[in-house]
Parts: sequence; C-alpha cells; structure tokens
Amino acid sequence: MWISKTIFNHFKSRLNFTPNYAPLSLLSPRRFASTIAQNPSTFNSIHDANQQVIDFPGGTVKFIPEMRFISESSPQRIPCYRVLDDDGQPLANNFVQVSEEVAVRMYSNMVTLQIMDTIFYEAQRQGRISFYATTIGEEAINIASAAALTRDDVIFPQYREPGPLLWRGFTLQEIAHQCFSNKYDNGKGRQMPIHYGSNKHNYFTVASTVATQVPHAVGAAYSLKMDKKDACSITYFGDGGSSEGDFHAALNFAAVMEAPVIFLCRNNGWAISTPTSDQFRSDGVVVKGQAYGVRSIRVDGNDALAIYNAVQAAREMAISEERPVLIEALTYRVGHHSTSDDSTKYRPANEIEWWRLARDPVARFRKWIERNGWWNDMAESELRNSLRQQLLHSIQVAENIEKPPIEDIFNDVYDVPPSNLREQEQWVKDTIKKHPLDYPENISA
Amino acid sequence: MLASFQHSKMLRAIRHKNILPAISAFRAFSSSAKEMTVREALNSALDEEMSADPKVFLMGEEVGEYQGAYKITKGLLDKYGPERVLDTPITEAGFTGIGVGAAYYGLRPVVEFMTFNFSMQAIDHIINSAAKSNYMSAGQISVPIVFRGPNGAAAGVGAQHSQCYAAWYASCPGLKVLSPYSSEDARGLLKAAIRDPDPVVFLENELLYGESFPVSAEVLDSSFCLPIGKAKIEREGKDVTITAFSKMVGYALKVGRILAKEGISAEVINLRSIRPLDRSTINASVRKTNRLVTVEEGFPQHGVGAEICTSVIEESFGYLDAPVERIAGADVPMPYAANLERMAVPQVEDIVRAAKRACYRSVPLAATA
Repeated sequence: MWISKTIFNHFKSRLNFTPNYAPLSLLSPRRFASTIAQNPSTFNSIHDANQQVIDFPGGTVKFIPEMRFISESSPQRIPCYRVLDDDGQPLANNFVQVSEEVAVRMYSNMVTLQIMDTIFYEAQRQGRISFYATTIGEEAINIASAAALTRDDVIFPQYREPGPLLWRGFTLQEIAHQCFSNKYDNGKGRQMPIHYGSNKHNYFTVASTVATQVPHAVGAAYSLKMDKKDACSITYFGDGGSSEGDFHAALNFAAVMEAPVIFLCRNNGWAISTPTSDQFRSDGVVVKGQAYGVRSIRVDGNDALAIYNAVQAAREMAISEERPVLIEALTYRVGHHSTSDDSTKYRPANEIEWWRLARDPVARFRKWIERNGWWNDMAESELRNSLRQQLLHSIQVAENIEKPPIEDIFNDVYDVPPSNLREQEQWVKDTIKKHPLDYPENISA
Repeated sequence: MLASFQHSKMLRAIRHKNILPAISAFRAFSSSAKEMTVREALNSALDEEMSADPKVFLMGEEVGEYQGAYKITKGLLDKYGPERVLDTPITEAGFTGIGVGAAYYGLRPVVEFMTFNFSMQAIDHIINSAAKSNYMSAGQISVPIVFRGPNGAAAGVGAQHSQCYAAWYASCPGLKVLSPYSSEDARGLLKAAIRDPDPVVFLENELLYGESFPVSAEVLDSSFCLPIGKAKIEREGKDVTITAFSKMVGYALKVGRILAKEGISAEVINLRSIRPLDRSTINASVRKTNRLVTVEEGFPQHGVGAEICTSVIEESFGYLDAPVERIAGADVPMPYAANLERMAVPQVEDIVRAAKRACYRSVPLAATA
C-alpha cells in the first residue's frame, strides 16, 4: 500500500511541477495524465446493472461480462462524400462555391494534365524519353486538392501528382526539361522522368521510394507548427503505399505530435497489378485513420468539387486544431502503372475503357462549368489545340538542348564539394579535352 | 610549479590506463586539469548547441522522461521542454522519416538510435531520404540532420546489439560519418556534426561513455568545434603506423606503450572521421613509418581497414616495407559467453602481434642464425 502511495505521490508531484520552459499547452498535461495509474483502492464504480469502470494506463474503460469481439468489418462501408453526380449536377447546395475564375482555372489545369500525359506517353513510346507515368483518371484529385491549398502549404508527393506543380505555375517547358534531363532541368539531370521537384513552388522532389514521403510530411508539419506558420503540409500516396510501414508510423506519430498534416490517399484500385483486394482486407484506407486517432473522410476522387471542399475543410482543421486529417479519395487508375507496364495483362480492357470514358473526372467537371455558362465548345477546342501546340513545341525544344554539364555529376553530393570529387572532376574534364572523339557531342566539358 | 591538487589529479590521470595522453596533451594539463566523461561531453555539446540554435531539437526513444537510455540526454527535457526533446514511439523507420522531414523543412534534428543496430530499421530513410536528397533534388533539399547513438560491441549484449556500422554508412556518398574516442572528440565532433548542413552519422561507443578524459579550457568553450575530415595523431612514432577509431584508439595507445618497451616506436592515428577519411594524414604517416596496421572492431570484409589499405596502396605503395596488417572483429555474429565474446573482438595482444609482424619481429632473431 505504501509503495503505491509513494508512486502516486511521485506522479502527483510531477503534475504540480512547473517546468522552466514555455509550456507547449496541450502536450505536457496529457502526457502526465496518461501515465497515472489510479490508486487501486479508490477506483470508480458506476453501479449501473453490470457496468463498472477502471483506470488502466490510457484512461477509463467500462468493463462488461460479455465477451464481444469487434467485427473485422462493418455491415456498411464508410460512405463516400460527393458534390456532383456523374452528370455534373450538384446533389445538394451545401458545398463551398467556387468562383468562375477558379473553376475555369481548375478545368484548364485538368485538361492540361490530361493532354500533357497523353503526349508525353506517346513521346516515350516513340523512344524520345526513357520513361513516363500518367495521371489519367486522377486529374480531379491532382488539381482540385492543389486549388484548395495556399502557396505556403508544403507538398510531399508520391509520383502521380504533377497536377499541384502545374497549378502552382511550373510550366510545360520545365516539365519537358526534366523528362529530357537536359541542362535546364532544375533537377540537373539527376533523376528519371516525372521526378519533378521545386523549392520555389513548395513541392518536394519526387522520390521513387514508396510512402517515405508520408513521415517526411509529418516532420515538416511539426516544423511548421513550431514556426507557428499559417500553413500545413500535404502528402499523397496510393492504396499500395498505405501498406508500407512508413504510413502507419506516420499516422501514429502525427496524431501523437498533433501535427498539421493532410494525408491524401489516392485509392485508385491498383498497385501495379495488385488489386486492393490483395492489398488490404479493411474497408479501404479511411477506416485506418480512427485506429491511429486521426480524423478521416472518404471522398469521390473523380469529383473535383468534393475534393476541393474536403481538402479546404481538412486544411482548416489541420492548422487551427493542430491535428492530422486523412482523406481517402476513391478513384481509378485509367492509365498503366507506367510505360513499363501493360495493364491489359491483369485487368480487362473494357473495364479500363469504361472508366476512361464514362467516369472521366475532366468531362464531369466540364459539364458543371458549362452548365454555369463559364465554358463552351469553342473554348474547349481552343484550349486543347493550344495545349497540343505548346506541348509539341516544348518537347521539340527540350529534346534539342544540351545535356547537363560535367560538373553536375560532382556537385550537390554535399553542401561543399569535397576535395576528392573536385579532383575527379578536373581529371574527367582534362580527359574529355584530350580525347574529344571518345565522348558524345552533347555533353559540355 | 603545479599546485599539488592539480599534480595529484595529473598522476591519477596518468595511472588511468586508457587515457595516457600524447606528449602534446601534457601541456594542456598545466593550463587546466578538468576531466570530463564522454557522457558529460556529449550532454554538454547537445545542451550548448540547443541553446545556441532554437532549430536544434532531439528525438529518439527514451531521450526525454527517461533522461536517455544511456543518460546522454539527461536534463535536456527539463531544460528545453517537450517541444524540443521528443520521446518517440517505437518505430525507428517512423521517427527517422519524421526527423528527415523536419530537416527538409529547415529544423536541425538530432535523432538518437538506442544502438545503431536498430538503425537498420531506418536505413532506407538515412540513405535514400537523407544522404541522397541534396543530390537528387539538385541542391534544393538540404538535410542538416545528425543520427547518433552507440555503435559496435558493448559487453555481453549478443549478436543483434554488437555490430559496427562504420563501414556500411561510410560507403555512402552524401553522408558524413564520425566516430569520437575521447571527450574532446565527443564534444568537438558532435558540435561540428550539428552545425554541418549535410546529414551526419555519429557513431559513439557505449563502453566509452563512462570514461574520463582531460579537457582543456579551449575544449570546454561553447564555441569549440573540431574539423570534420581531420584525423588526430594521438601518439607520434617512426616505426609503424596504427590507425584506429572509437574504443580501439585506447587499445592502440596501450599497444604503443607496450611496443615502446621493445624498442618499436608506434604512431597512433585516431581517425575521428570515417567519411571523409583523412587520407593525407594516414599516407603522410605511412610514408614516414613504412608500415601500417589498421584496427577496427567491426567485421573484416569490406571494412574500414580495407579502405585504408587501398588508399595507402594507391598513394604510397612504394613506401611500404611490409604488407598492411588488418585487425578486425571475428567474421562471426557476436557470441554472448564472455570467453567467446573476448575472442571475437580485437585484443591488445592481437594488435601487438600484428605490429610486430609488420616490423618483422614476430620471428625470433635466433632462427636466422
């Protein structure tokens, strides 16, 4: 008895301890409260039929004499939030309105993304670039989510989200430079195509590693919170990415650290050839949020207005309430995983076609803006023609530009180039000068 | 000359087997006879860097409330609060990813691994998200993060808690890898690591935490910093060069004293920095002594000694009078039983024998008659 009293008093005195740091508000009292085991001789009992309550570490729980397992699945799947129906008609009037200017800009960007993907895919097929991955079918997620954020919000992409970059002003020419890894690539030719990144646009460079960006986003959100910025971080990943250990650690941490981060899962049904039925047996990804203490919502990913509304609300919660939010956007990956994949090998071609045509998020949003009188056929064909020209021109330009200079093999390994690399750079340059015919013409020494 | 108090402290220090200082350090005694354990050195370095830069913060398992699994972070939670000393859930992969993300955005995390054996869970983030980011992003993403913790063999902790990771991390461009021996090393190198804009792996040693070393007033100053990439010649000599890092430096110094009695003058180099390796100091020494013994606790294949040997062959081949001797841990997972464990790590006798072989002294002179 005296042992528990001593322990109890120890914890009690910890509660009264006034630290000599500026209190962080929420963290400290909750931390101490959770480790207090109440003195066993004074536990609460609620005399209500069979119900009694006890304090285990973690808080009060009621206990029951029946052995009840929580079912592995709910009788109903979590419903999906949507604003526009398949025909682009609003289902209700309770959504945040988007102005004509923003709506038209959103639509143009969605079309840009769609055409850009088509043309670059073709370019890869023609052997002009080595690799490409399209975002076909997920244009609404890409553009509408970006439209709901501010320039200060930090983006941590997987690799199927060039949309936010386009929204923030990254040009088609810059996209082409990266895909052709020429000397104007702001990635200095270091990475495969589609691995864009730009500090200026607050968009962290794409890495091929799956789901590593998810905990990165949490760390960055924590930094934003410490800096008291009016901004959040957002990270995108697929249904497959949610299986990675990093996803679980990130959600868990974000909740504990109370980090202002939006987790946006593009559940597009496929992780290369793995359908979601082989990926997890839960009701998708949205139900995993509650397991970690993270507020979550399931949204129709092909509905631009639903994505816009959900991301805007999530951003507000994340920043003002200092909490993470999980958004599961249901959608369909219309394209192949990448140019190295032929998805007709593992799914029916007519399924792909149906989603491409009947459930096209771009066409659906078009119907809504046309109905509002903000768009028409002429604007459509003008836009598409102009984009095609721009893209073909960008590709032609990018293709003919020199590759990055030799220095770019050696710099950025460290903040300051080390002596061994500087030496090697000099040797290589000298060798190229001495034997110019042994080296390709399109590298500058 | 010296106050008797300082004099007796000096004698005690000399008798303390592991820290007989090189000639130059004797001079340090006359100005200040303060001693500091490696633990105190690391703690004070963290404290001072956190005080100087509000962006520096700590994260790891047990670093806060528990005061650190090895008490390295003692008192820091009370002083800086839970915003800057984060106790993490048990997921190395998770908290390393989060630390890297915070560094991407501009904070300066110091991530503690309870031992570097556990860093294997996080190694993807260390290599792919930290080491390579500045390069892959073309300079847009810098990662000023430090990964620190005990590395290598301790005592009686078995195979999964005893591996040395110096060679693994030092092979990766984009990382810097440091390994202190003394308290001066610990303070100076940790401060340098925290201030460095590149990701740094900081390999400590559990058995050294409690060891005391003399520290001068210069070392105690809060602006003290050691350069990354410079080795230290702990003991000057002319007959054979012995390179070592971390705990093995203490052994090498013992070996130096033993060899001196037999007329062999050994030069002991404390590497301090595994990547970048101070090749010029090592080569200059070998050109002077013409013989080299490399010492490390880790596994032999592809180890630090292999890299040093190649560096010397590339730059100073003509100066070698004997094959390079490589002393490393046994090529087996670390056993637990005390007698087996002792045989699985280098002992002073092994290094002495190797040095003698390099000096052609291991065959008795009588046999040549």
